[in-house]
Amino acid sequence: MNTASKKIKISAYLQNLWKYRFLLVEIVRKNVKLQYRNSVLGIFWTFLQPLLTTLVLVLVFGGIFGKSNEGIVCYPIYLLCGRLLYEFFTQSTKRAMRSIRNSASVIKKVYVPKYIYPIANVLSNFVTFAISLSVLVVMMAYYMIFTDVAIRITPYILLSFVPIIILLVLCTGIGLILSTLNVFFKDIEYLYEVFCMLIFYATPIFYKVDALGANKFVQMGLMANPLYSIVSMFRSCVLFGEMWNWNHFFYASVFSLAMLGIGSLVFYKKQDKFILHI
Amino acid sequence: MAKTAVKVENVSVMFNLNKEKVDNIKEYLIKMVKRELRFTEFWALKNISFEVKQGERIGILGFNGAGKSTMLKVIAGVLKPTKGSVEVNGVIAPLLELGAGFDMNYSGSENIYLYGATMGYSRKYIQERYDEIVAFSELGDFIDVPVKNYSSGMRARLGFSIATAVEPQVLILDEVLSVGDAKFKIKSEAKIKSMFDKGVTVLFVSHNTAQVRRLCTKAILLDHGEIIAAGTADEVCDIYDKKVKSK
Repeated sequence: MNTASKKIKISAYLQNLWKYRFLLVEIVRKNVKLQYRNSVLGIFWTFLQPLLTTLVLVLVFGGIFGKSNEGIVCYPIYLLCGRLLYEFFTQSTKRAMRSIRNSASVIKKVYVPKYIYPIANVLSNFVTFAISLSVLVVMMAYYMIFTDVAIRITPYILLSFVPIIILLVLCTGIGLILSTLNVFFKDIEYLYEVFCMLIFYATPIFYKVDALGANKFVQMGLMANPLYSIVSMFRSCVLFGEMWNWNHFFYASVFSLAMLGIGSLVFYKKQDKFILHI
Repeated sequence: MAKTAVKVENVSVMFNLNKEKVDNIKEYLIKMVKRELRFTEFWALKNISFEVKQGERIGILGFNGAGKSTMLKVIAGVLKPTKGSVEVNGVIAPLLELGAGFDMNYSGSENIYLYGATMGYSRKYIQERYDEIVAFSELGDFIDVPVKNYSSGMRARLGFSIATAVEPQVLILDEVLSVGDAKFKIKSEAKIKSMFDKGVTVLFVSHNTAQVRRLCTKAILLDHGEIIAAGTADEVCDIYDKKVKSK
């Protein structure tokens, strides 16, 4: 294919996305609305859930297994930062993974650009994630006003959107890959569940890597996890009030963009075969 | 001369038929190692070409397994043909299995916007037609009830009301004229007839030749993935009726 016709194809693609932007918005709206429908507390669960799970983690890792929090300034906030990002990562990728199969009835009957579904599911989780960030704000305010914990709020906090954007790109890429795989092999759903558990322990959510005293290989393994870089960047901005480690920035950005590239390519190549399998 | 609404050119569709459905990695790998991943090719459509002009109403006839549904899926853009191309000018409203795009936990009114967006329409566009849709569906207060509590008739009525309210240029009808009770049936036929008068292009799949003669101007007859007859509705229906009798 020559470049001219490639260009035409890409612009046709973008035009199509523009035409179906309403669908994207409607699905995001639907997912957010339906998530807590029929629950008594409704949208409050967006705040309550991270708060309660963080409380459990604080009790377990700050109390019972008390060693892991040594040398961490304001352990609950440290935990909450990691957990919020981790939760967004797993929830959004899991929902994106199931999105194509769940929309089978529509995809089989009406033409819609199929990538709308994984992307919309990542975005709707992003909305709830953004709302739940206010828990972090409230918690930090509480600690600053009522305790004398040294939380350093510096202008760097304004940069905290950068790791979040990188995370969003990462989730979209992985979501596209998983949703494609899941059409052909349903096993992925169960495998990914285990993988998410691994990620939970491989991301320093409740511990500090240098406090582990682990050998070099384990440390390298942990560093290879892009979520580690993203969480570290986020904590640098929000909790420690300093510039992030640029190695983290480059590694996470390159990794996330690569995932987005691979995801788009895999999805694009396989999307016409979806209908034969769902 | 009228513009072309749907142009189907040398379309062939091939399916791989394997005896068991392989949908997990273990089986896939085992079969790959054992070299048992054999497929039988099945051509559901073989080199089909036809053209539908704007405002024409074309009936698609054929026995079960002739390739009618595959044909409609290709035209609706849901299934990509293995060979050939399909060109459609204008918005298609596939009235197949009405309400396929509904979310069961969503209320009727919320589903109106969702279904509209699935067809590519903005919230504002649907808002302008909202009252008309609700009135036509005769759902009344049920519009705020989750769709999962609807009867199948109510669901189909709502689906029909949305799909016809957006004024599509091409209408795909797959035995949908039997929606709801007798009263609604008359109403929906009248609605479709009024769309005929506005010059909508129709692709109509049916086994009922009387209905095809009544509604369509032209028809094609499919058999085992090939067009064996094409012409005016009456001509093709005669051939179809003859084939039915000879079986």
